[in-house]
Amino acid sequence: MRTLTTRAKVAWAVITVVVLVWALLPVVSIIATSFKLPSQLNLGTFWPKTWTTTNYEQIFAGSAKDLFLPALRNSIGISLIATFVAVVLATLAAYAIARLDFRGKKLILTTALGVSIFPVISIVTPLFNLWRNIGLYDTWLGLIIPYLSLTLPISIWTLAAFFRQIPWELEQAAQVDGATSWQAFRKAIVPLAAPGVFTTALIAFFIAWNDFVYGISLTSTSAARPVPAALAFFTGASQFEEPTGAISAAAVVVTIPVVILVLLFQRQIVSGLTQGAVKG
Amino acid sequence: MAAITLKDIVKRYGDGYLAVKGVSLDIADGEFVILVGPSGCGKSTLLRMIVGLEDITSGELKIGDQVVNDKAPRERHLAMVFQNYALYPHLTVYENIAFPLRLTKGQFTDDEIREKVEFAAKTLELQDHLDRKPANLSGGQRQRVAMGRAIVRDANAFLFDEPLSNLDAKLRGQMRTEIARMQRRLGTTTVYVTHDQTEAMTLGDRVAVLRKGELQQVASPRGLYEQPVNLFVAGFIGSPPMNFLPGEVSGDTLSLPFADVPLSDDLRSRIGSRDIVIVGLRPEHFADTSLLEDGKKDAGVTFDAEVDVTEWLGSDLYAYVPFETSSEVAGTLEELDRDLDGEGMRTQLVVALDSESRIRDGDTATLWFDPAKLMVFDPESGENLTFDADRAREIDERNEADRKASLERAQEREKRTQRSA
Repeated sequence: MRTLTTRAKVAWAVITVVVLVWALLPVVSIIATSFKLPSQLNLGTFWPKTWTTTNYEQIFAGSAKDLFLPALRNSIGISLIATFVAVVLATLAAYAIARLDFRGKKLILTTALGVSIFPVISIVTPLFNLWRNIGLYDTWLGLIIPYLSLTLPISIWTLAAFFRQIPWELEQAAQVDGATSWQAFRKAIVPLAAPGVFTTALIAFFIAWNDFVYGISLTSTSAARPVPAALAFFTGASQFEEPTGAISAAAVVVTIPVVILVLLFQRQIVSGLTQGAVKG
Repeated sequence: MAAITLKDIVKRYGDGYLAVKGVSLDIADGEFVILVGPSGCGKSTLLRMIVGLEDITSGELKIGDQVVNDKAPRERHLAMVFQNYALYPHLTVYENIAFPLRLTKGQFTDDEIREKVEFAAKTLELQDHLDRKPANLSGGQRQRVAMGRAIVRDANAFLFDEPLSNLDAKLRGQMRTEIARMQRRLGTTTVYVTHDQTEAMTLGDRVAVLRKGELQQVASPRGLYEQPVNLFVAGFIGSPPMNFLPGEVSGDTLSLPFADVPLSDDLRSRIGSRDIVIVGLRPEHFADTSLLEDGKKDAGVTFDAEVDVTEWLGSDLYAYVPFETSSEVAGTLEELDRDLDGEGMRTQLVVALDSESRIRDGDTATLWFDPAKLMVFDPESGENLTFDADRAREIDERNEADRKASLERAQEREKRTQRSA
């Protein structure tokens, strides 16, 4: 590679800074806001004048506790279950799609694609009526099912692409070596597919975790309401106080799992494990 | 260890394509058999049917004296080395070799597994690499790991699917002798698929030549070389390949593009009423007349030829002599060329001369050949008219005796080294 000239270096530095500011400023802003006193929200300063944890106390122990804590529990539970079910189903489906030739394979893939591009808002009203009639309204299951419709298609597509990269010979070699089909899948394919499954699980989790439309439309109480929807119901200490601080604090709290997950699975996501399976 | 018997094996794919058209083959216990042929001749399909990765459409496959048509690969107890090795990338070399043993739950203790893996690693000189992952190994090392996985368990037979085609030429030669040595020592029945006729000739006790899903001939390498049944086998075996010339029969002489050859009575009767035949002459059966002893010269046919290009290889000198083929046999020869994965290039005579020869590009050389070595083929069916069944049987019988003797010697040597160790 040719070395960059000083001018090019400066240009790249400027671009990098602009992008960083563009991407991170809102995050920093929300973190800063979450540490402001409710009375100082309108001072117009970027950083808090006095740093305080009032907002965090409010959502975890104070007046917003009953709104936020159940919502957090709902979010975590619903997202985890939806992710788990989606990944298990998608792994099996994608394996079949990548390995077997069966009628309707194309149909499944196109349907999956169609479902995933369907606008959520157009489904939510009929779903609302249906859920109320069959008693799924305001339940965990009532949210898990629509979340699966969002997470399954993308999981199937990513995993199918991933399985196709794994050489079929590995499985055949395992079978010749004395493995049953299931053993071949578990011992030769699953370890190689792990990075792909992690990535898919992460994506699926974020989709469920970040959803707002279903969350607000299909719930009415803290029985199933997830955090993004619950934020809309925050109120200030009095009607003259805005709940901005508490909302910011809650937003920071729900961002943390995402950041942790990315940091945790970063190494698994970076694949490269399949190298050396076949001639390199 | 076991014999493998194929009886009228047919493979028809779902789309109706007939890949293997009724192959019957008896592979004796401890024998090294090569399946060879140009790409698309069904050799790999046949191997995959033996191992159980491909269903058998019809026919009967026996391993030992058990019909295994409907058995899963794992129930056939065969070991296979794949073309791309198919090593498990997430496992170390040690675990890769131990993999088949680990699958036989409870049959081996950890110590036994360790002992077996270390023995295989020692055989293949992999001791220093046991803790490495396949990604960090060279091509030859990966190849050896794949072989280690095959020899670590006492499989009924070894199956190789073009195992050397991913290696460079030098390594290929080394691994080739390594495989031969290993097979002799273990005495395990081996089926080996290749498209490379050098591998076929050097490794096999017997070689099965396939063309478009049909078995052409099964014989010892020497049998194939000296007594091919037809044009295809003759053209496939030998390097550089056999020269095919149009031959016009008139009375007792056979006219080739370069020379007239007197026909012996035997040959005359074999040709029968055919006016035109295809004549096959191996490059190594030619000689430079100026280097011949006088007595020999008169026994053969000499002719002058315009040499186009020469290639000096140290041990040999290849000379190329272009010629016009006759239109009556051009069709058959073109088809043959296509079947042999050829490029349909110009028709030329290749002669392999002594490297002392002074013949150079553009010379008019006087060349010599022994008409007794020439083969005559039917231009329509490609059948070898000079095929001598008795002679072919004799060659194969001697080859079989040689094989048994060398197998015994190898086992004897193995026992001796084990005793002294």
